[in-house]
Amino acid sequence: MTSHDTVAKGTVTQPPAPAAADAGAGSSSGSPTRRSVASRLTRWLSRGVVQAFLAVIALIWLTPALGLFLSSLRTEEANSTSGWWTALTGPSQLSIDNYTALLENSGITQALWNTVLISVPTTVAVVVIAALAGYAFAWLEFPGRDWIFLLVVGLLVVPVQVGLLPVAEMFGALGLFGTIPGVVLFHVAYGLPFAIFLLRNYFAEIPREMLEAARMDGGGEWRIFTRLVLPVGRPAVASLAIFQFLWVWNDMLVALIFADSDAQPLTVALQSEMRQFGSNIEILAPGAFLSLTVPLLVFFAFQKHFVQGVMAGSVK
Amino acid sequence: MSATAPAVPPASAGGTPPAPPPPGAPAGADTPRRRAQRRRRLVAALFLLPALLLLGALVVYPILFSIGRSLFDASGTRFVGADNYVEMFRDPSTLKAIRNTTIWVVITPAVLTGLGLILAVLTEKIRWATAFKLLMFMPMAISFLAAGIIFRITYEQDPERGVLNAVAVGVHDVFADRPAYPGARAREDAGETPVTKDADGSYGTAADLTPGSTVSLGIVGVPPKEVPADAEPAAPAPKAGDGVLAGTVHLDFVPGGGGEPGRIDSGERGLPGMTVQAVRDGKVVGETTTAADGSFRLTGLADGSYAVRLPASNFAEPYGGVSWLGPALVTPAIIAAYLWVWTGFAMVLIGAGLAAMPRDVLEAARMDGASEWQIFRSITVPLLAPVLTVVFVTQVINVMKVFDLVYIIAPGPVLQEANVLAVQMWLVSFGGGNNQGLGSAIGVLLLLLVVPAMIFNIRRFRRSQS
Repeated sequence: MTSHDTVAKGTVTQPPAPAAADAGAGSSSGSPTRRSVASRLTRWLSRGVVQAFLAVIALIWLTPALGLFLSSLRTEEANSTSGWWTALTGPSQLSIDNYTALLENSGITQALWNTVLISVPTTVAVVVIAALAGYAFAWLEFPGRDWIFLLVVGLLVVPVQVGLLPVAEMFGALGLFGTIPGVVLFHVAYGLPFAIFLLRNYFAEIPREMLEAARMDGGGEWRIFTRLVLPVGRPAVASLAIFQFLWVWNDMLVALIFADSDAQPLTVALQSEMRQFGSNIEILAPGAFLSLTVPLLVFFAFQKHFVQGVMAGSVK
Repeated sequence: MSATAPAVPPASAGGTPPAPPPPGAPAGADTPRRRAQRRRRLVAALFLLPALLLLGALVVYPILFSIGRSLFDASGTRFVGADNYVEMFRDPSTLKAIRNTTIWVVITPAVLTGLGLILAVLTEKIRWATAFKLLMFMPMAISFLAAGIIFRITYEQDPERGVLNAVAVGVHDVFADRPAYPGARAREDAGETPVTKDADGSYGTAADLTPGSTVSLGIVGVPPKEVPADAEPAAPAPKAGDGVLAGTVHLDFVPGGGGEPGRIDSGERGLPGMTVQAVRDGKVVGETTTAADGSFRLTGLADGSYAVRLPASNFAEPYGGVSWLGPALVTPAIIAAYLWVWTGFAMVLIGAGLAAMPRDVLEAARMDGASEWQIFRSITVPLLAPVLTVVFVTQVINVMKVFDLVYIIAPGPVLQEANVLAVQMWLVSFGGGNNQGLGSAIGVLLLLLVVPAMIFNIRRFRRSQS
């Protein structure tokens, strides 16, 4: 807490300049010191209260997640007769049997694979298409550019609900309804406004001289895009890719409508498990935990990009 | 605030008009220039084509289609004008969804922004801020489905299995005694001192006992595993002295059969921990609890006639916790789960705003003797207003579209009670309702609700460009 200490010291040793100039040297030095002892004490006390309060908040935040994790490691009978917290004192009830059973369940493994098949192509497609468009909006000249971009900004908040029915009908006619490519296409389209917005704004910050120089050297636009803009824009592209990946990995609504039972991702498979059988914690808990390990790994591996992506996406 | 920088690009870039032709350019260069311009436009079109194609076909066209479709009936064959929109406010379940979405929008963004602000300010004062932020932010990474399952487990009604109700029952039992023998009852029809059941669920003898006498009260309906382990064989109470009413409360049941109802037979056990009262003229004048062998002594009684009573609290059902996912609390419960997911977002975003705040202003205020609260109210909050607005608006938009959490956490029978617009839109159009006219109308309503946010975004963007 160096900043606070500096603030405290500043108050003591550097009284406001005019006062220092007016007052005699020794007269005012006693009381600030005594006040600083008192204020340090109150600060120490209040910091204790803050620490305790935040510790309670942290505990509240941690408990539900711990509940899922421990439940996923307990047998069906254990979960139906006692609470997961009994495992804290009796760790012998924990086993990975639920997970082995889950991985032998072909429906679940297929759904896990489908999740990958949906989220990876979507992420790649969104990043590529949005980077192309973002570059055009930032650095190419064509009539109506600013108005079209304003339209994209307007589309940022369009709820997917508006698209569900018409696109379902359209995909039905095209034979895409129920398939993985259909789910991917829908995700790509609704991911684009934010992606274009983010990348266009980032690309627009590239110094003009850099591009002019590249153009002078006779580089075509494609060359400038791949050799200059993409490398410079890597942080934004990374944030976008992470954010888009998580968004699609975690989606349930779009896949619930556009994926049939062969194409359904893990989220949809788990929710149908839930609807059909009620509370079968021995599948739901490990399934949910499995589905959140990938996002958590991504989160920890790319914390900084993730936070930036979320922040930049806050208009969505 | 560096993180929100992409939304605020410098004015130099972007909307700059094409550079004027160099002053000395010969007029003859016009044709190649025009050719170059045409070429540039073609390149731009190629860069834009995939994006505009997808946005046009899957976003813009569906918006127009939905608006049109919402003016037709369920099957899409008959034009009904605004009927679907009128129906929305007449159909009870859609009305319920509108009501609940309103609750969500009014409560959640405000609470979330406030909570995020408080936590962001407090987090600045601790050493383990990074770990705390990480923990709070983590739920953002996981799916609403996983969060929903997490809270299904947390909100489990049975206090033996649901952690929240385990805590609720624990707290409750600190303030109120746990009933000793839920569901048990006294034998009314047999024994030397017959008892009768009162309207309030307690059992009492006739009011004709005088100090010095003894009673034995037989109890049935206690499952063997509910009998306390320290219960000893019951014995008839010894002769009581002056001013004392003595007796035994026993389980009037011999394992394996036999025994006579209302009497203490060998093999029958006393019931410890039972509350026993002496009642005179309807007033409780003495109270005690039974010992391990079921015996009790009510002492200090004046001469007169008394009734011995086993109050209803002995037999009441134990407190079972709160019905979190019952019809009354389901929406607040789901909102709490939503807060669990999103508070970290608000906290980190506001925290970034705090970090970017001019420190000298705060220091100056401290030197002027302003209290922490004054600083918070008059400096921190006003300076943070732009960030707070962004968090608030983001959450309003998010909350209007909330689907997964409601759909997962609300148990089937309570879903109607927890209904929100996005869920209702799904139910009406896909989940069995099959009324695409009404479904489209709800979709359009959702779109209309986010139009203010759309305008907010566009204006914010244009401001950043000028």
